[in-house]
Amino acid sequence: MKSKLIEVKDLKKYYPAKKSSIIGKTQYLKAVDGVSFYINEGETFGLVGESGCGKSTVGKSIIRLFDITDGEILYRGKDISKLNGRQLKSYRRKMQVIFQDPYSSLNPTLTVEEIISEPLDVYNIGDKGQRRERVIELLEKVGLNKDHLGRYPHEFSGGQRQRIGIARALSIKPEFILCDEPISALDVSIQAQVVNMLEDLQEELGLTYLFIAHDLSMVRYISHRIGVMYLGKLVEKGPSDEIYNHPAHPYTQALLSSVLEPDPKMAAKTIKALEGDVPSPLNPPKGCRFVTRCKYAMKKCYEIEPKLKEISPDHSVACHLY
Amino acid sequence: MKDSLLEVKDLEVTFFNRNGKVRAVRGINFDVKKGEILGIVGESGSGKTVTNLSIMGLLKGTGKVTKGQIIYKGENLLNKSEKEMLKIRGNDIAMIFQDPMTSLNPVFTVGNQITDVIMRHQKLSRKEAKKKTIEMLKMVGIPSAEERYNNYPHEFSGGMRQRAIIAMALSCKPDLLIADEPTTALDVTIQAQILELLKELKEKLNTSIILITHDLGVVANICSRVVVMYGGMIMEEGSVEDIFYTPLHPYTKGLLQSLPKTGGKMKERLIPIKGNPPNLANEIKGCPFADRCPYTMDICREKQPKYYYDGENHRGMCWLLDKSINGKGENHEE
Ligand SMILES: Nc1ncnc2c1ncn2[C@@H]1O[C@H](COP(=O)(O)OP(=O)(O)OP(=O)(O)O)[C@@H](O)[C@H]1O
Ligand SMILES: Nc1ncnc2c1ncn2[C@@H]1O[C@H](COP(=O)(O)OP(=O)(O)OP(=O)(O)O)[C@@H](O)[C@H]1O
Ligand code: SF4
Ligand SMILES: [Mg+2]
Ligand SMILES: [Mg+2]
Repeated sequence: MKSKLIEVKDLKKYYPAKKSSIIGKTQYLKAVDGVSFYINEGETFGLVGESGCGKSTVGKSIIRLFDITDGEILYRGKDISKLNGRQLKSYRRKMQVIFQDPYSSLNPTLTVEEIISEPLDVYNIGDKGQRRERVIELLEKVGLNKDHLGRYPHEFSGGQRQRIGIARALSIKPEFILCDEPISALDVSIQAQVVNMLEDLQEELGLTYLFIAHDLSMVRYISHRIGVMYLGKLVEKGPSDEIYNHPAHPYTQALLSSVLEPDPKMAAKTIKALEGDVPSPLNPPKGCRFVTRCKYAMKKCYEIEPKLKEISPDHSVACHLY
Repeated sequence: MKDSLLEVKDLEVTFFNRNGKVRAVRGINFDVKKGEILGIVGESGSGKTVTNLSIMGLLKGTGKVTKGQIIYKGENLLNKSEKEMLKIRGNDIAMIFQDPMTSLNPVFTVGNQITDVIMRHQKLSRKEAKKKTIEMLKMVGIPSAEERYNNYPHEFSGGMRQRAIIAMALSCKPDLLIADEPTTALDVTIQAQILELLKELKEKLNTSIILITHDLGVVANICSRVVVMYGGMIMEEGSVEDIFYTPLHPYTKGLLQSLPKTGGKMKERLIPIKGNPPNLANEIKGCPFADRCPYTMDICREKQPKYYYDGENHRGMCWLLDKSINGKGENHEE
């Protein structure tokens, strides 16, 4: 039996929004509203979904960048969602992150060497010489080299900066890495290098990843299991091949059919976009959150919120069609 | 070239840093026709953004155009004053930046920032400009645009920020739109909306678009021509069919090979291009791709290849294309 490294139970994260002038009380933006899934040790869970649906918020909740509104986050079975600063320290070391935005995530006043060795300094790993050696080893792993040690982030292109972020995340040999769109800023030849690298590291070190992306071909490629999010909820989850070969939720189906093939002959006259309005997370639809854009919407979809239901082993979907 | 809107001629850009020179763009030539979408793809760090910042007159810090011309509607933009460029940037050429945060000021609301831009370039009252802003936000698919108008940039998700910037760039109806990775942060259903929007601009307003992206799916679907860059140079240029079906350059072939195969059930390992891109702080004597190319010959390391043409509009910069070279096509990695 595989063991679960991380399990998220009914996670909620609400942000207070502007006071509504009509009702007169504080409105909440429900960025994540009751999400549950688990990640097996040594495996990759892919999280996909519309921009703004709460993927990064789920990731940041797990690594405890902020306090969550409700729910549990189990790390090897222990709930870490209510731990405070000092109690969290040992978990922080095990969990690292590679961010979406390679521009704002690197401190512009530090050199590449300082950026990558910062976690080593914080946890007092190795002496000065060993740290430098480790930094060079990591730079080479991500396709840079020791000529870059003394340079500053602004001297690098977007893709190069992302690789610096990856090297940094790997520096203290974490167990879990939150990869928040780690390859979106990279060109395909380097994407393939990085994905192969993440896979090799997984095999070698038994790393566990939460891999957030919207490039579905890559998510499928790297993930063992996948969750599809829409407006703060998981609408479908299951083994990655199963999701790709038998997508059940109309949103998942739309995601898959909007993938653009790298082949001019298959270029569609009009690129298929979903019809309908994207609802605001401030004011989500009452029944199914996808109802405003769903071509199958029935009467009860406007009224009753569908619950996740298992339709084949380990594959569940939240939709009234099932 | 009669129907060119923009011609970049022999452009060189160098960064003069304390620890030496970085030659980021090393003599490139291309043009953008009226009403076309030109794709620029290429290695990360190959000079795509720097080239386009030069067109906009927005190179910052130690970066300088050291050679070449940028001809827009018959005039060399490099001879324009900063004041003239300000006007051109607002009304003629707009750019969607790769980094959404550089175009949004964190201390002002998203809505106000777009309204300010509209007011600066069009003679509209604040009230009218606000109305226009909300229209633009709706057009790029921001839900509850009226309420979201008052949000600060950090209250938007990455993709929503990008859409706000696209709204800002489009609000002035530019003749040339430079879009630097405009859909990288977006999921495919929203990407589809934005790409449809770009196509519509091209078709209805005859806007020319330079689209920088590493997403070959996007290129295949909306670009008519493609420029492939590597190491500050153009390796190959051709129609989208040329590039996808009969690529000339080993780098282009490598890019196409790196894509994950779709459809297949069994997971095959990805095939990246081995090795690392060249350090642009160093002199590159021969072909910039020589260190990573599976076909490298002696001459590749010694002399920079020239362009060889396959038809009038398809060119590649590679010694393999020279008919007089022997040892052609030997892949020394297999
Ligand atoms: N600090 C914050 N204050 C208020 N609202 C926030 C904050 N951070 C995020 N949000 C909102 O929460 C929702 C989810 O944001 P999140 O960044 O998790 O989305 P995402 O799925 O990662 O999107 P993307 O793919 O664009 O990165 C969005 O509507 C966003 O505007
Ligand atoms: N301020 C600077 N000082 C020194 N070098 C710089 C500076 N800005 C950019 N460069 C260098 O110029 C080269 C071209 O950078 P550019 O940002 O144009 O790449 P790009 O092709 O847009 O890459 P990406 O796909 O990663 O965005 C890079 O090698 C980069 O390191
Ligand atoms: S010139 Fe030589 S090294 Fe460069 S791409 Fe052609 S074969 Fe490869
Ligand atoms: Mg995100
Ligand atoms: Mg760039």
